[in-house]
Amino acid sequence: MINAGAFVYSTGGHPAVSRQDPLVRHIRTHDMFRFLFSRLGLLIPTFFGVTLVAFSFIRLLPGDPLDLLAGERGIDPERKAQLMAQMGFDRPLWEQYLDYLLNIFQGDLGTSFASKKPVLDEFLTLFPATAELALCAIIIAVCLGIPAGIFAAVKRGSVADQAIMGTALVGYSMPIFWWGLLLIILFSGILQWTPVSGRISLMFFFPQVTGFMLIDSLLSGEKGAFLSAVRHLILPSVVLATIPLAVIARQTRSAMLEVLGEDYVRTARAKGLPPFRVIGFHALRNALIPVITTIGLQVGVLLAGAILTETIFSWPGIGKWLVDSISRRDYFVVQGGLLLIAGIIMLVNLIVDLLYGLINPRIRHN
Amino acid sequence: MKMTKALKATLLGVSLATIAATGVSAKTLVYCSEGSPEGFDTALYTAGTTFDASSKPLYNRLVEFKRGTTEVLPGLAESWEVSEDGLEYTFNLRKGVKFHTTSFFTPSRDFNADDVVFSFERQLKKDHAWNQYTAGAAWEYFDGMSMPDLIKEIVKVDDYQVKFVLNRPEAPMLANLAMDFASVLSAEYADKLEADGKMEMLNQEPVGTGPFSFVGYQKDAVIRYNAFADYWGGKQPIDNLIFAITPDAAVRLQKLKAGECHVMPYPAPADIADIQADDSLTMMEQQGLNVGYLAYNTKVAPFDNKNVRKALNHAINKQAILDAVFQGSGQAAKNPIPPTMWSYNDAIEDDAYDPELAKKMLADAGVSDLSMKIWAMPVQRPYNPNARRMAEVMQADFAKVGVDVEIVSYEWGEYLSRSKAEDRDGAVLLGWTGDNGDPDNFLAVLLGCDGVGGSNRAQWCNDEFQALIEKAKTVSDKAERTKLYEEAQVVFKEEAPWGTIAHSVVFMPMSSKVTGYVMDPLGGHWFDGVDIAE
Amino acid sequence: MTKNASAAAATQDTLEQESRNATKAMLLEFWYYFSQNKGAVLGLAVFVLLVLVALFAPLVAPHDPDVQYRDSFLVPPVWLEGGKAAFLLGTDAVGRDILSRLIFGARFSLFIGIVVVTIALVGGIVIGLVAGYMRGFVDTFIMRVMDIILAFPSLLLALVLVAILGPGLMNAMIAIAIVLQPHFVRLTRAAVLSERSRDYVVAAKVAGAGHFRLMFKTILPNCLAPLIVQATLSFSNAILDAAALGFLGMGAQPPTPEWGTMLAEAREFILRAWWVVTFPGLAILITVLAINLVGDGLRDALDPKLKRS
Repeated sequence: MINAGAFVYSTGGHPAVSRQDPLVRHIRTHDMFRFLFSRLGLLIPTFFGVTLVAFSFIRLLPGDPLDLLAGERGIDPERKAQLMAQMGFDRPLWEQYLDYLLNIFQGDLGTSFASKKPVLDEFLTLFPATAELALCAIIIAVCLGIPAGIFAAVKRGSVADQAIMGTALVGYSMPIFWWGLLLIILFSGILQWTPVSGRISLMFFFPQVTGFMLIDSLLSGEKGAFLSAVRHLILPSVVLATIPLAVIARQTRSAMLEVLGEDYVRTARAKGLPPFRVIGFHALRNALIPVITTIGLQVGVLLAGAILTETIFSWPGIGKWLVDSISRRDYFVVQGGLLLIAGIIMLVNLIVDLLYGLINPRIRHN
Repeated sequence: MKMTKALKATLLGVSLATIAATGVSAKTLVYCSEGSPEGFDTALYTAGTTFDASSKPLYNRLVEFKRGTTEVLPGLAESWEVSEDGLEYTFNLRKGVKFHTTSFFTPSRDFNADDVVFSFERQLKKDHAWNQYTAGAAWEYFDGMSMPDLIKEIVKVDDYQVKFVLNRPEAPMLANLAMDFASVLSAEYADKLEADGKMEMLNQEPVGTGPFSFVGYQKDAVIRYNAFADYWGGKQPIDNLIFAITPDAAVRLQKLKAGECHVMPYPAPADIADIQADDSLTMMEQQGLNVGYLAYNTKVAPFDNKNVRKALNHAINKQAILDAVFQGSGQAAKNPIPPTMWSYNDAIEDDAYDPELAKKMLADAGVSDLSMKIWAMPVQRPYNPNARRMAEVMQADFAKVGVDVEIVSYEWGEYLSRSKAEDRDGAVLLGWTGDNGDPDNFLAVLLGCDGVGGSNRAQWCNDEFQALIEKAKTVSDKAERTKLYEEAQVVFKEEAPWGTIAHSVVFMPMSSKVTGYVMDPLGGHWFDGVDIAE
Repeated sequence: MTKNASAAAATQDTLEQESRNATKAMLLEFWYYFSQNKGAVLGLAVFVLLVLVALFAPLVAPHDPDVQYRDSFLVPPVWLEGGKAAFLLGTDAVGRDILSRLIFGARFSLFIGIVVVTIALVGGIVIGLVAGYMRGFVDTFIMRVMDIILAFPSLLLALVLVAILGPGLMNAMIAIAIVLQPHFVRLTRAAVLSERSRDYVVAAKVAGAGHFRLMFKTILPNCLAPLIVQATLSFSNAILDAAALGFLGMGAQPPTPEWGTMLAEAREFILRAWWVVTFPGLAILITVLAINLVGDGLRDALDPKLKRS
């Protein structure tokens, strides 16, 4: 049966199965390919749907970039019509859409109105900043969340369990934009432990190799650069990690509880195996399957959170870029940015699906 | 692309203030700027943030505003002559001016007339190779100042002489040429880019003659400049200039206090008292060259009656607005031009806050149970830091004289275009920031008859006023122009098409170590001549 | 769950009686499990308190939330130096009482939660039932549309939708409801799929029940438990998202005392007047936490599987 109640908790979405079979080791490649193709088959219509949504959204937005840019000064209506035509907005809609699709497949997402640079270039320069932030957040969330969840499950009902789960629920209920402001007041304002914004201290200047400040700062060989990057990264990633951390801790606990109740775990216990072996080996391995799905689902949550976190910490990433572009009506940035972000989420979901299928063959046959 | 050894040697987390204290040679000034530049080819853009990062540090113009004023001084042109009929401007160019040598370009010649012709013709001529060098290129300011109609041709007389031929005389022409869009770029660099097929780099890796040369830009994060050793005006006292892009005002202040930057623009009004109390910071202030107003629609009853407009002006409690909205960073406005502008008529008396008088005037005009709309802008502007809040205060004020107010707002682009409509319902909160310090730039644009249905949001066309400003535009004698504009302001006050609300006061907080900073009445941020005391 | 084997033989009266008893017993059982969870009871108590405060806001609030006291800009809370007894939690930048604004703000937050959940729940159930019951092309189409919605980060999608519809509370609620919709659709559909081959459904079908009856009267009541849990979660999500939109300037517009909007307005005072930043956020946190506690309790009480373990 589907018991979605416990599962949907994370972000909802996946119709997950809450009972897991023990690992089956022999996976037939044939099966795996069929599974892969069926998933890809689902992805194609979704992809086209996403392009259509992104395409129609910018045409539905009221106002336009030209009026905004001209401001109080205003713009000559003739000049405006000419510029809109230059961007191709005077042609029939279907023609515009076909052009847009063709361009996508050539890697051309149009040009930013504000900066006059290709949207894809802008995305690629800003994406590493968001990726670095999101990866650090997810690492924090996993490294703290899974142990906390296991501990709470093993000590079920204890004060520690209640404290952990209480904290997790507070984290889950946190308006993170407010949380970020509070942390800034405390750590940057009163204690002055962390810098207020930015990715690295301005005294360091080295070429961007990977775009990941932590790696680039190490590559640069400059003393202190790495630590400076860490100090800049810590508050935003803690803020961004808050909700995924809470979700993962809760999910791990409930998955563990479920597995601990299974027959084979009981048997292992009855056989007198040491508790560490039971928990670490038998139970954890199976409990982790739904947790992996949860982690995958956090990508959307992280990208949504990045919008708020980047705004608060002036972090030069794609979240802030998109919000600014929406208010600036920078048509092609909004259109291209939506598509790219949706693409990332779909890709991650596909990977999670495949991983899940790999670990749990029963899904593949459904 | 290497930072100096001195910086490398510094320990982790030591703030820049401490670096300066260690006394190592390289002096770095960090400016926490409020936003990202759209690009580095100034003429393509209209935003002050872009100008601060491009035209001001990197380029020069034929003529320049004297720092801290709107007076025009020689720049790349050492001198100039204007023909008798006002149609020909001949500029004698400065010799020995060098362009920047950077990692991406080494100039082979000095600045000359070709650079001037290139910089303007690309904006003027639709068929110029550089007219459309980047997708959607538009020369907004050049067009906006009516340059295409005004300039007939630009002639290179010889290597060091350029002549601008106009179609009609224009008193503010010289001031226009000191504006950001008139920055002079290197024609040699452009030729090289064109030959290499990398034209778009003109907007990304700029080369100019200005006091600072471009080093690098990380999008939405940092812009770096070096002082240009061969600058024709002499090398700057500081060695490096860094723009740390920090959009949030509260964060900028935090960084300033922590020594992570030396200068910041646009402090939040709420923080001003706090900054003034801080001994390690200095705050400079200057009246902004702007005006915030409430424009009635003078074409719609009952606002077509000047006594109704006048009555409402008496009902506005400007002091409450200055307290709640500007929090001390504003000054009540009585004229449509700011007090720092020449020809400001200080003899005019403002409509005093007097609800009783307002009520009586409304009754005399036969208006009762009036309900109206006030439009509140959705964005923050220097002349109006919070239009919504301003509208709320007015709503409360008008309620006291029996006028019921509904506050409406639209998305900014729509707000701007809808408010132009001649049959618009309601009074609009808006404002204006000057471009070149000429009163014509306020009075003709905002209140002239040509602006009805456009930038004249009051839809006000008064023959007497119009005659005065039209005459002032063609006269070249400044004293005479001053008299005409002063008269025009008297007519304006009498007719009251607007409620004049406030002029902002612009604040610049900086570290007390910073010396030589001069505020620009036009709102720009300049770092030539700035030093950091040891 | 209310199946009664002897129903066929019983008279109408006893049938009704028993069904009533069964319902009563079920509720009692539910309350028993729910009240086992102390956090949930606490959450419920706070929530009820919030509802009461919201309902009687004009009576509870010491001031009108929109009145500007021109002599009291940014007065600190009463326990700080410079505080005034009239303003327990201080005043904001135009001299409005923060406590009164928070109290009236509770109305907006609860209103947002109710409206969003109602739209998303009703829409989600109908669409999900149709998809799960009809299968085939309709199902595929609906599920792909849901996939498309889920392919965007929820806040980003809501942001664009609000930009299109125009900033404001009503439009923010519509946008959030659309973004939350797919969860209800998927849940309902999954439940329908697992129920539709069950004996009781087949029996009803054989007995000649129409599509409509089968969908809404036979299958739906048996899928309610997970939907109720999801609805509670969506309630708190809606409040958080609406506050986030307000914070980004795209939700309720000032001077509406919506908590997120209050935060956005207060942001510029972060260094000078911490109270205007702290209290609205705290109000959001407490409300959302209370609802999530109730949600946890509901899940435990409604979920037979976790009950056992």
